[in-house]
Amino acid sequence: MIYLQLFWAFFISNILGYGGGPPSIPLIQAEVVDTYKWLTLKEFGDVLAIGNALPGPIATKMAAFVGFQVAGVAGATIALIATVLPSAIAMVILFKSVAYFKDSPYVKEMTKSVQPVVAVLLGILAYQFFIHAFYDSGMIHTAILAIGSFVAMEVIKIHPSIVIVSSLAYGAILLS
Amino acid sequence: MSYKDLFIGFARSGLLGYGGGPSVIPLIRYEAVEKYKWMNDEEFGDILALANALPGPIATKMATYIGYRVKGTLGALVAVLSHIIPTVVAMIALLGSLYAMGQSAIIKGMIAAVGPVIGMMLAVMTYQFLQKTWKGMGIAGSIASIGVAIVALKFIGIHPAIMIAIFIAFAFIKTFIRNRAATEVSHQGSTMNRSVEK
Repeated sequence: MIYLQLFWAFFISNILGYGGGPPSIPLIQAEVVDTYKWLTLKEFGDVLAIGNALPGPIATKMAAFVGFQVAGVAGATIALIATVLPSAIAMVILFKSVAYFKDSPYVKEMTKSVQPVVAVLLGILAYQFFIHAFYDSGMIHTAILAIGSFVAMEVIKIHPSIVIVSSLAYGAILLS
Repeated sequence: MSYKDLFIGFARSGLLGYGGGPSVIPLIRYEAVEKYKWMNDEEFGDILALANALPGPIATKMATYIGYRVKGTLGALVAVLSHIIPTVVAMIALLGSLYAMGQSAIIKGMIAAVGPVIGMMLAVMTYQFLQKTWKGMGIAGSIASIGVAIVALKFIGIHPAIMIAIFIAFAFIKTFIRNRAATEVSHQGSTMNRSVEK
């Protein structure tokens, strides 16, 4: 049963994520946190943080970790299969008709149509993280970390993994 | 063309690419086109176009298909596993040990400090998707679709997956109707031409 749920949760959130791994993040959150309650929102935030600090595709890292937490190595395997296999098989089968897909107006419209929903979902998620941080660490620390990380990533263009490691150090010293 | 090349090529691009699948694509291109010459630039472009057209994670679709092309089903398996397994193991080891030490005040402080940073990363991603929406739909379309999405997701509480499915279905129908209207117009045009010729 748990394996079926894991498969379904990761299948549905990845197959609806048009445009690669990142648009799937809020969909994975909806299944993992809201529907099945495998992780709290805070734990999901940790997964996202470590996932962003490590290289490689994001969706597979999240699937493997959540699957592992819920049902060990078998759980991680199931979640990974659900994430990777359906679209991989479609790729192999459909490659012969690539000329049709490449310029298809359907594909362009469908990719576009997902974007506003993903924007709203990400916005809601961002808001929730700020609210949680505000209650946990207070206004000043939240503001320093949020503005500091924005400047570091977007203005100075420091690597995200360095920003996350720095924030961990900040927390170890100032928030413990 | 060997399994070892597939393994090295995809392990390397998986370990050096930061920021999720889409940012890994240039690295995969380097391995597939320049380093191992499994295909030329044009073929790589076709594969990328199809990967972009299908839903789901990009990098794993690319790895599977290129592996399949080079060495069949086993090649696909080698490529995708060497691309994802190293970081997947690192992820479980890192987070697992973080939670194992869970109750110490230092770990709690570290986890608390990551919250606002993740919030900011998500806010930046929100902005990027708003920009894409605006580019794709124009001002009126963006405001309407975002308004509908906010009301449905936040206030009515419709499940995000259902919401996305509805938007995709809507786009599909819209394109279908537009295509049909376009072919009808061209049909009418051609019959008019014929009557003029008569």
